[in-house]
Amino acid sequence: MKWVLGSLILAIGLVNPAKAERLVASLSNHRVAITSNFVGEDLVLFGAIEPEAATEHAEKYYNVVVTVIGPRQTFRTRRKARVLGIWVNVDSREFVRVPSYLAVLSNRPFNSIADTDTLRNQQIGLDNFLLTQRVGPDIGDTVRDDPFRVAFVELAAEAGLYTENIDAVTFLTPTVFRAAIPLPARVPIGDYDIDVKLFANGEQVGRTTTTLEIIKAGFEQYVAQAARNYGLLYGLATVALALLTGWFASVVLRRD
Amino acid sequence: LQIYLPIADLPLNIFVLLGMGLAVGFISGMFGIGGGFLMTPLLIFVGVPPAVSVASVASHIAASSFSGAISYWRKRALDVALGLMLLGGGIVGTAVGVWLFTKLRALDQLDLVIGLSYVTLLSIVGGLMVYEAARAIMRERRGMPPIIRRPGSHAWFHGLPFKIRFKRSKIYVSAIPVWAIGFIIGFIGAIMGIGGGFLLVPMLIYLLRVPTATVIGTSMVLTLVTMASATVMHAATNHQVDAVLSFILMVGGVIGATFGARTGQRMRSERLRLLLGLLVLAVGLRFAYSLVVEPEVLFSIRAVGRGL
Repeated sequence: MKWVLGSLILAIGLVNPAKAERLVASLSNHRVAITSNFVGEDLVLFGAIEPEAATEHAEKYYNVVVTVIGPRQTFRTRRKARVLGIWVNVDSREFVRVPSYLAVLSNRPFNSIADTDTLRNQQIGLDNFLLTQRVGPDIGDTVRDDPFRVAFVELAAEAGLYTENIDAVTFLTPTVFRAAIPLPARVPIGDYDIDVKLFANGEQVGRTTTTLEIIKAGFEQYVAQAARNYGLLYGLATVALALLTGWFASVVLRRD
Repeated sequence: LQIYLPIADLPLNIFVLLGMGLAVGFISGMFGIGGGFLMTPLLIFVGVPPAVSVASVASHIAASSFSGAISYWRKRALDVALGLMLLGGGIVGTAVGVWLFTKLRALDQLDLVIGLSYVTLLSIVGGLMVYEAARAIMRERRGMPPIIRRPGSHAWFHGLPFKIRFKRSKIYVSAIPVWAIGFIIGFIGAIMGIGGGFLLVPMLIYLLRVPTATVIGTSMVLTLVTMASATVMHAATNHQVDAVLSFILMVGGVIGATFGARTGQRMRSERLRLLLGLLVLAVGLRFAYSLVVEPEVLFSIRAVGRGL
């Protein structure tokens, strides 16, 4: 059954068989465990290209774009303005179910990989990635220079959560590449989708996806689960810890 | 040395946190205040989400006020009866405050209300304390006798019924203003997310004329109980208490509070009041500054929960 499904997906992928190359990609680690000494790390993705008709595409120039999409979350971007001499939030926009982490990595500038339309259709780059916004009752993406969108991407980039790097993919041989995925210290917990797109002569010729899971492990996971599942007990335990610490200090540090 | 905080979801330097706990704990032990109005903004400043900051600070304050309360208890500088009666009013005030908090949040202007109440409250209270303490110090310099208790100068509420004698504090007042003060502290605490010790101390001194010696210990008992219950409530409802963060803050806090309490008892009470007044005033002005001066970034983002 699985095999049938797999070949079905493969068949859909091969709508235009002349253009399809086989693309395989694998992560150095499919599950990143966050422990007490986690300060961020670089994850490595390796990929290999198998040209469909070797003779035809042998001298082809390959370009790769890797898009890493973190768990989706809704964010509110607020804008301040001066009202009666003080700065208050006057306006806000909600970004609905947008990635909490987004990295777009490639081996060369996006505009030399494909034309503007293709980049837009394929959502290559932070500018072209679809960020759904709630505007009144409607939900949709706005123009890329919308001030709320610009501010949102800028603030997310500052926090290391949104990145765009045109040097992160390196070709080891003409058909083998590696990409460095930067995971910041504040990387969101959850399931990540990694979308690898292969371009040749300005056109998309292959695509593959893989997943990544970021989880808390060990003591961190234990504490987080206790806080979530046994809130009341967890709170009482924290208070007990506080009282014990306070009492201990007053005994140990007693000088009179 | 970085340590990953499991609820705040970010790594922070353990020594920075210990240092913050130590500094705020020292101040809290010295003045008998919780220090929440200092610690919460500090944590937000180093990157901890506001909800986690408020929730975790509560247990840190519980720890430092407990160790402080113990050392005041040993010195018999603590009025349990007065503390418990204030607490009664405090619980009612907290409930009303939480109700209003929810209403304001629905209007989406909670940030502004909190900012404005910080500015107004801290500036006025801080200003009054500085003025009063400076005047007391000046009088003393000029060689005039300090005004401790004027038997004839009874405020109107001293005539209220249900009078109770608080032996440890050597005061004989009606229960009504005691409950009212407790209510105000609980109410403001719930709205502003602070323990309210810096308000309680001057209220007890100036309104109920509780001697400075028992004020601090008594205030600590109230802070301890409100902050302990706040921790449990936050943990049970919002799941935002970061025990690892709290514990690091606590360890620094209790050490600081013990030394702070000693320093506080060695200092003259006018000096202590002047210093606390200056501190409160400074934080108030800092909030005023951030409201008036154009912020560097006009935009801010906030996660509003997992989408759908």
